Amino acid sequence: MPEVIQTQVAVIGAGPGGYGCAFMCADLGLQTVLIDVEKNPGGTCLYRGCIPTKALLHISHVISNALEAEKFGVHFQKPKLDIDKIRKNVQGVVEHLTGGLGQLTKLRNINYIQGRASFLDSNTLEVFLMDGRELRINAEYTVISAGSRPALFGQPIDSPDIMNSNTAINIEEIPERLLVIGGGYIGLELGTVYATLGSEVTLVEVTDGLLPGVDRDLVRPLEQHLEKVLHQIHLKTLVKQLKPQKKGISVELEGADIKKPQQIFDKVLVSVGRKPNSSGLGLKNTNVSVDEKGFIRVDEQRRTTDPYIFAIGDVAGGPMLAHKATHEGRTVAEIISGKNVAFEPQAIPAVVFTDPEIAWCGLTEEQARSKNIPVQVSRFPWSASGRAMTMFRGEGLTKLITHAETQQILGCGIVGANAGELIGEATLAIEMGATLEDLDLTIHPHPTLSETIMESAGALLGKSTHIYRKTSRKE
Amino acid sequence: MPKEFRLPSLGENVAEATIGKILVKVGDTIRKGQTVLEIETDKAVAEIPSSLDGKILEIHVKEGQKVKPGILIFTIDEQTGVGTAPPEPVATPIVEKTPPLQKETPIPPVVEKPTPLRPTSISVGTGQKPKSDIPILAPPSVRRLARELGISLEDVPASDPSGKISAEDVMAYHKRKTEGIHVVESEIKHDIPASEIVEEVEGSSSRDSWGPIVIESMSTIRKKTAEQMMRSWSAPQVTHFDKANITQLEELREAWSKKIQSTGGRLSMLIFTLKVVAEALKKFPKFNASIDLEKEQIIYKKYYHIGVAVDTEYGLLVPVIRDVNKKSIKELSIELPQLAEKARQRKLALEELQGATFTISNLGGLGGIGFTPIVNAPQVAILGMSRSSMEPIYQNGTFVPQLMLPLSLSYDHRVIDGAESARFVRWICNALENPWNMFFE
Repeated sequence: MPEVIQTQVAVIGAGPGGYGCAFMCADLGLQTVLIDVEKNPGGTCLYRGCIPTKALLHISHVISNALEAEKFGVHFQKPKLDIDKIRKNVQGVVEHLTGGLGQLTKLRNINYIQGRASFLDSNTLEVFLMDGRELRINAEYTVISAGSRPALFGQPIDSPDIMNSNTAINIEEIPERLLVIGGGYIGLELGTVYATLGSEVTLVEVTDGLLPGVDRDLVRPLEQHLEKVLHQIHLKTLVKQLKPQKKGISVELEGADIKKPQQIFDKVLVSVGRKPNSSGLGLKNTNVSVDEKGFIRVDEQRRTTDPYIFAIGDVAGGPMLAHKATHEGRTVAEIISGKNVAFEPQAIPAVVFTDPEIAWCGLTEEQARSKNIPVQVSRFPWSASGRAMTMFRGEGLTKLITHAETQQILGCGIVGANAGELIGEATLAIEMGATLEDLDLTIHPHPTLSETIMESAGALLGKSTHIYRKTSRKE
Repeated sequence: MPKEFRLPSLGENVAEATIGKILVKVGDTIRKGQTVLEIETDKAVAEIPSSLDGKILEIHVKEGQKVKPGILIFTIDEQTGVGTAPPEPVATPIVEKTPPLQKETPIPPVVEKPTPLRPTSISVGTGQKPKSDIPILAPPSVRRLARELGISLEDVPASDPSGKISAEDVMAYHKRKTEGIHVVESEIKHDIPASEIVEEVEGSSSRDSWGPIVIESMSTIRKKTAEQMMRSWSAPQVTHFDKANITQLEELREAWSKKIQSTGGRLSMLIFTLKVVAEALKKFPKFNASIDLEKEQIIYKKYYHIGVAVDTEYGLLVPVIRDVNKKSIKELSIELPQLAEKARQRKLALEELQGATFTISNLGGLGGIGFTPIVNAPQVAILGMSRSSMEPIYQNGTFVPQLMLPLSLSYDHRVIDGAESARFVRWICNALENPWNMFFE
């Protein structure tokens, strides 16, 4: 009989949702066990997602900035790339951050178990440890934060030349020709990285636009930039076949603008979305139910259909974002500790870290129209922002979606350099129930990009300094 | 037929501008008023709306191009059937006259007010509830406060005219609600069992040593009923049972039922019982009294307000019918269903729950052969009605089927004795058996 550990809370998966939950549980005085296959907490976000890609994108930005500097009279030599050092540096960042989380886990007296857990019943977990041992955990409550994994493209193909986001971040070499399948944020971010590092990148997307679901006016400046950076972008294009060759992958493409359907690429990056990790957890031994897409069904308190089990993060439904998972995890910790709270955000920000960045929160213009919500939309082009122009980044745009009657801010979308840093203000505005006037009357520092939010609000009120329009105000 | 969209005049003294951004591409279908491009002049940027509906055939300018008002921007295939465009104001060439200040600046307000795709479906009652998509105006800390207090933010009135709910608003609402309960409580001591109604707190799952449980806070009605029953229980009470032969009365009820229905009423056995009980209370004043033990007094009420217990999804409510003795059967058959409906919809006013001198609890509709109702203090008696049924009654040497109504009267023995109660109930039974008996008493 394996060893049995008794605990109040067991958390499966130590990504941002799981460790956020476990840390909060411990802080609230609950006895907590955190289980993950990695040595330290971090999950996809730190090991294979947000953090390594951002480290790579930073490198990519430095290279493209240096190139762009030629426009304003500063010339650098062609960069020399030390791929091993780049990879080690990225790994260094990951190790630093995950190591820190390991420290925080210890300081909080959380029992961190490196292993793979599955349910025997609603309150019992079977854990296979990485060192081959086996143990059982008896928990009053279990929180599933098992995350998600890259979706497969058709049948699995065993070839080192077919990458997904997990493998693509460990850059071993720069492929000469790279095909990126999928025009979502992962494909665009990693495609940009490889392109600036020297690959000739071709991107195919099955729908008629990049970043489906995002307002088109936000995507357009990115499209224009990508057209310069990437070799080719093919929309409404299908990948019919992937066939590993001795060297590279033979690909068959089908689309209106495909002139050569059969092409050879050195590597292919599959980025066609992510799937929830809801299988292999022994959920059939519990009362947890899963929807047709594999997401665990939860209520607003993130309780599953089993009263002892909660689910948070990617495995409990979209948007699949680290910060959404963390917030859910912290909320669940409070619920387990006896507080009557719920996951009830009014806006969840999302950022695509391309160049330019795209960030949005709350209602999008498309959603407002499809839901028939009477809205007013205001756009402030960055060509009228002093700060944007000093950065030679006039292509940006800040837009606000507000309720037509109450002028309450319902959504915000930003495209441009550092859009991700700007969206926080708009998220707060929505959460606080701010109106256009509130934003317009808040002094923003000059010259900064944050002024575009203030001016966008002013624009709709006919009060923007740097946009002229005839107002309907009567004297 | 293709139409031309030209750059409109940009206002006084603006002779040249730069095309900032073209927001549409060839093949796009544009609507009148839709922003199609941005124009930059010196330090200002203007958005230019289309004055035409249609499909863009060709774009004649490029981003960054310097242009003058009047230049051809797009060629548009104006779709037939799409509202006829007014005479084109755009074809005006550069007008050099200086217009009166601001008056004619033809850059229309760029503010987009997108008309919802189906504007009519916004109105209430079409099944669309756009309101629910719009977040309630309250910061996260306030939303959390409300949840912890078990308050639905939709119920909280905002003191701010913008409709934004503050922590103070939530606290004030909470205070009003709890104070409201206090007011009612003091009333209840003299009067009614249950009054104000609040939301039932959502159940939260948990478990005890033996298995899963659900913990739910008591609703106000539940709390008040519990408190009132504890108070009532302190009176020593006895229940007396009897049966009324209502065979003839039932025939009478059936005969009049349609007629009463046509006046909007509902003639039930309870209506007759109300009327009979009011007469009985006149005959037996002790049953329409209350007791004051401190002063060692019995207070006889000279009004006949009868409470009727109503089962609602929120709990037991006892609305009161005033001056039953003064009301006709017809009036009562209209008033009672209305009161009961109001109780079910939680629309009773406080005074409609107060002032009863006697109570009737009718479980006849649900079944049962008898029960012991609890006297609703400070009243001293309560009459319970159970389900009437056909019974073999021995009459003139033979058994005849008769419709019998079981009655149970609980009474406060401090005021009323057994014999009095037997007489009281028998009087009621006799009156129900032969309603006209009442007129000769």
